[in-house]
Amino acid sequence: MLIRRPADVLPSEITPREVYLNRRQWMAGAAGLALSAALPLGLEAAPLSAAKSPFSTDEKKTSREDVTSYNNYYEFGTGKEDPAAHAGTLKTAPWTVNVDGMVGKPASFAVEELIKSSALEERIYRMRCVEGWSMVIPWVGFPLADLIKRVEPLGSAKYVAFETAYRPEEMSGVQSMFPVLDWPYVEGLRLDEAMNPLAILAVGLYGETLPNQNGAPIRLVVPWKYGFKGIKSITRISFVEKQPETSWNRQAPGEYGFYANVNPSVDHPRWSQATERRIGEGGLFVKRRPTLMFNGYADQVASLYTGMDLRKFY
Amino acid sequence: MAGRASVQGEKKGFALPQVPKIAVYLVGFIPAVWLFYAGVTDRLGADPMRYLEQGLGLWALRFLIATLAITPLRQLFSINLLRYRRALGLLAFYYAALHLLTYLVLDQGLDLPAIVADIVKRPYITIGMATFVILVPLAVTSNNAAIRRMGGQAWAKLHRLVYAAAIGAALHFLLVVKSWPPEPIVYAAIVAVLLGYRLIRSSVKKPSARRRPA
Repeated sequence: MLIRRPADVLPSEITPREVYLNRRQWMAGAAGLALSAALPLGLEAAPLSAAKSPFSTDEKKTSREDVTSYNNYYEFGTGKEDPAAHAGTLKTAPWTVNVDGMVGKPASFAVEELIKSSALEERIYRMRCVEGWSMVIPWVGFPLADLIKRVEPLGSAKYVAFETAYRPEEMSGVQSMFPVLDWPYVEGLRLDEAMNPLAILAVGLYGETLPNQNGAPIRLVVPWKYGFKGIKSITRISFVEKQPETSWNRQAPGEYGFYANVNPSVDHPRWSQATERRIGEGGLFVKRRPTLMFNGYADQVASLYTGMDLRKFY
Repeated sequence: MAGRASVQGEKKGFALPQVPKIAVYLVGFIPAVWLFYAGVTDRLGADPMRYLEQGLGLWALRFLIATLAITPLRQLFSINLLRYRRALGLLAFYYAALHLLTYLVLDQGLDLPAIVADIVKRPYITIGMATFVILVPLAVTSNNAAIRRMGGQAWAKLHRLVYAAAIGAALHFLLVVKSWPPEPIVYAAIVAVLLGYRLIRSSVKKPSARRRPA
């Protein structure tokens, strides 16, 4: 770990990239000397400079501690603490995202390259988990639309499919005797959803590169949908004509739809979605708060679904 | 699971110099005291209410399993822990009650309409509530006076409801989680083995039981 930084750092105060890259190298070397193979590369958080965004909420942020210790990332186990404990084994550098399918310019992007060539923004978003809890997370990332424009989708492309890395030797949960999901994890968006300015590819949180348990080195964030749509550690993005399969829908089609828009009036078959618990609020005596339509992002996204029966397309 | 094993392990070791039953209660309540203490002092992670709620439920199931393990331990391994069974059964009930209380007060904030809707609409909550309701008469009659009043046979018949409670508790756990993570499956398998053992034993025993009176 590097130095803990206050939440609001001026871009001018942020360590120049060359300096921190040098420092990362040095630390990796030092760590290598000290711990030999115990500490994988790419584990240390590096600072990222990011512009503020009008899409950010001014709600109280969930603490970094909670955001990075309470995760669902089943590739590293089904317990909430499992990802923080086990995701360190994932080698996140070097990392390539392959973009293919119905695009004019299929490409392989190195994540470092994507970070360097994108105008990073801080997006403080609400995150609502399908399980009934929520957080406020200061992501750092860039609009998914920016990447989409670079590869020039063909007219026939209607959906965007995403795939998580599949590395049993680095993912303790994937080796499990009881496979919880069909690996690799896959997700998808309609092309117009993917183009919505709220949809981002996040590469960091709290001003630093993503910790592994949060989906390093690059993940999807679609704040008006349940958290499981935010696929982590993406290795492949494909442009396709037909609605792609999604992991949770495949696992339990009656419970998790393709759209998975946050909707307080459409219950999960086994629990209500009308309210949520905000993590870090009230501790043992946390009060439930009402869940908002599209997680409070209706103004930006409701028009994507006009005329659709959201009970049917849950 | 480690907890359950250790509870049994302890008593197995002390089986000869019998420990007072009160010790079972004292040890049995340690997890509850720890959970509440850790919860109040903010040591239960990011979602302490859920951790407490699930922890109490899990201990209820563990004590239920311990209760059901007494008979097979005696019959198969000649380990007689019968004198602790009532304490274990009551601990299961107390933990189930604390689990329910946590759900009603801390989780739902005593929002009655939401609670009623949950019980009616959510199978896992319906099953959980039913399981608790089953445990109530068992707990109330877990004393010598009740056995005397009811007569041994009627009492034993009533207490066979514990099998239904165990199935209910295991189902409740299986249904609350997403997908099929290992933990609830392991608990359900243990319950299945403990109940299956009784089923097999009773079906094997029946013919000989019939022969004897003749």
